[in-house]
Amino acid sequence: MHQLLQQIFSGLASGAIYASLALALVMIYRATDLVNFAQGEMAMFSTYIAWTLVNADVPFWAAFAVTLAASFAAGMAIERIVIRPVESSPVLAAVVVTIGLLLILNASAGWIYSYTLQEFPSPFPDRPVFGALMTTRDLGVIAVTLVMLAMLAAFFRFTATGLAMRAAAQNPESARLCGIRVGRMLAIGWGMAAAIGATAGIMVAPVLFLDPNMMSGVLLYAFTAALLGGITSPTGAVVGGLIVGVTENVVGTYLIASQLKLTVALVLIILVLVFRPNGLFGTAIVRRV
Amino acid sequence: MASDPRAWRWIGALVLIALAAALPFALSNYHVFELTIVMIYAIAVLGLNILTGYNGQISLGHGGFFAAGAYTAAILMHRYGVPYWATLPPAAVVCFVLGVLFGWPALRFEGPYLALVTLAMAVAMPQLLKYFDSWTGGQQGISLVKPLPPPWVPLDRDRWLYLVVLAALVIAMRLAANLLHGRTGRALVAIRDHPIAAAAMGIDIAHYKTFAFGASTLVTGVAGALSAIVIGFVAPEGFGLFLSLSLLVGAAVGGIVTISGAIVGGLFIHFVPNIANDISDAAPWAIYGLAMLLFMYAMPRGVVGSVAPAMARLMARAAASSNARKQ
Repeated sequence: MHQLLQQIFSGLASGAIYASLALALVMIYRATDLVNFAQGEMAMFSTYIAWTLVNADVPFWAAFAVTLAASFAAGMAIERIVIRPVESSPVLAAVVVTIGLLLILNASAGWIYSYTLQEFPSPFPDRPVFGALMTTRDLGVIAVTLVMLAMLAAFFRFTATGLAMRAAAQNPESARLCGIRVGRMLAIGWGMAAAIGATAGIMVAPVLFLDPNMMSGVLLYAFTAALLGGITSPTGAVVGGLIVGVTENVVGTYLIASQLKLTVALVLIILVLVFRPNGLFGTAIVRRV
Repeated sequence: MASDPRAWRWIGALVLIALAAALPFALSNYHVFELTIVMIYAIAVLGLNILTGYNGQISLGHGGFFAAGAYTAAILMHRYGVPYWATLPPAAVVCFVLGVLFGWPALRFEGPYLALVTLAMAVAMPQLLKYFDSWTGGQQGISLVKPLPPPWVPLDRDRWLYLVVLAALVIAMRLAANLLHGRTGRALVAIRDHPIAAAAMGIDIAHYKTFAFGASTLVTGVAGALSAIVIGFVAPEGFGLFLSLSLLVGAAVGGIVTISGAIVGGLFIHFVPNIANDISDAAPWAIYGLAMLLFMYAMPRGVVGSVAPAMARLMARAAASSNARKQ
């Protein structure tokens, strides 16, 4: 029993990381109807920036802040330069472009930082709490995710920019007629997604060790989480992330060999799409002819 | 008869095939082997073109079906001593069935969702191959003995396999042309361009989409089986996500809604990383990524898809002016 609880709680911690990356995917999907296959690699690259800073003896939280700012700027630039030309093209073009971006980011990280595993420091001490059910590190990761979620919710609910972004996502034409600069809102959306992804990368790097392919598994779980929660719903992304994290841990410990963990994600994705294509919290898409 | 453009096209095709068949006798063994690999990639890309180009179903996981074909051939040869040529039909059947099974739930997934499911498959594939190690040889994979040409053929191994693969490529392209330039092909394109209108015209979308999936994975699976035969080795790490992505790159570069573009794609997949490898280990992937972006922006129809219509226009203009002169 104790072991099961332990697995569930550590699942919540990795689930929180999946939830962050899923949140980034949802942000981009809501704004531009695009599934960003490069989200994981963007996060990986951001984590390398943080790693460089930390290695240059910058204090951890300062490095964290600088990385988020840099990721935000880079995310905006990517939207402007890479994504904008294919925004109104067929899905295939958009998918191919984000895949191209994935390859470029992965290769440049390998080029600059090499493919060797790097240790990444955790900002949280590693002590057992709650009768050894969790570690303070897990607790810290979950806390960071919750704080980020609260800040995002507040941003969209209470700020003028947040409102404008929601309007631009919901109805670009009308928003433009109201004087909202839709293009800029999309760029901000991509910037925020990049910053959220960077948080996920920095939180996961102490566990997985940093290397250019670090995020491929995490991205898969994040996709699963986003689909499970409904790819249009931020709350769904977080709930989905936690469910996926716990499922992954429990199933990997008790039911099947842990080498098949990624296959579990594949099966989950297919099941969700077949039986509940809009996810738990998503809204159905009605198409007009 | 010779003025009939169809006859000219036949003659042109035959001349090209004859040239391709003569080519290995002018090249070193290593180059013959390289060109064989290029043709195998071309067959695999052709399979992807059927599904993604003509039918608009995006697959990021065709490497998985390539692997299924390769492992079917390898297991049959290794465990059951089946001769290499006899492994191609079973590989085709296995991959067709897998494709239909996969295409059936995929009917409900559109655009990015299908891309996601197939991406998940591509990522999970090496794990699955390692897990069923009593069949697949696990991490070590399976080593095969490279087949010898039949005794009545006075050729060495590499040249013989080159001709076998060339024959497979020609047959695959011919079959694909028959399939895509007829009623089925028009139905597939109609479904891609406007599913609702296609359904309204009486096209059975579920039937055609599932069929396109099966046909596509069949072709790619045969390519996989050929690769196992020619390379003589299969291992899980060779069939990861990057194989699937390079097939997509090849398709995009050659022209995803073309048949002969697959050859350009095969050349690109094989030679560009080789050249780029001299710069850095990471360089091939960077170049792949850049090629994907550039082709989507500048030449969305790929090399063949952009060059062929331009050639046709030139020919039409030349024909028109020579007609005018005759009058």
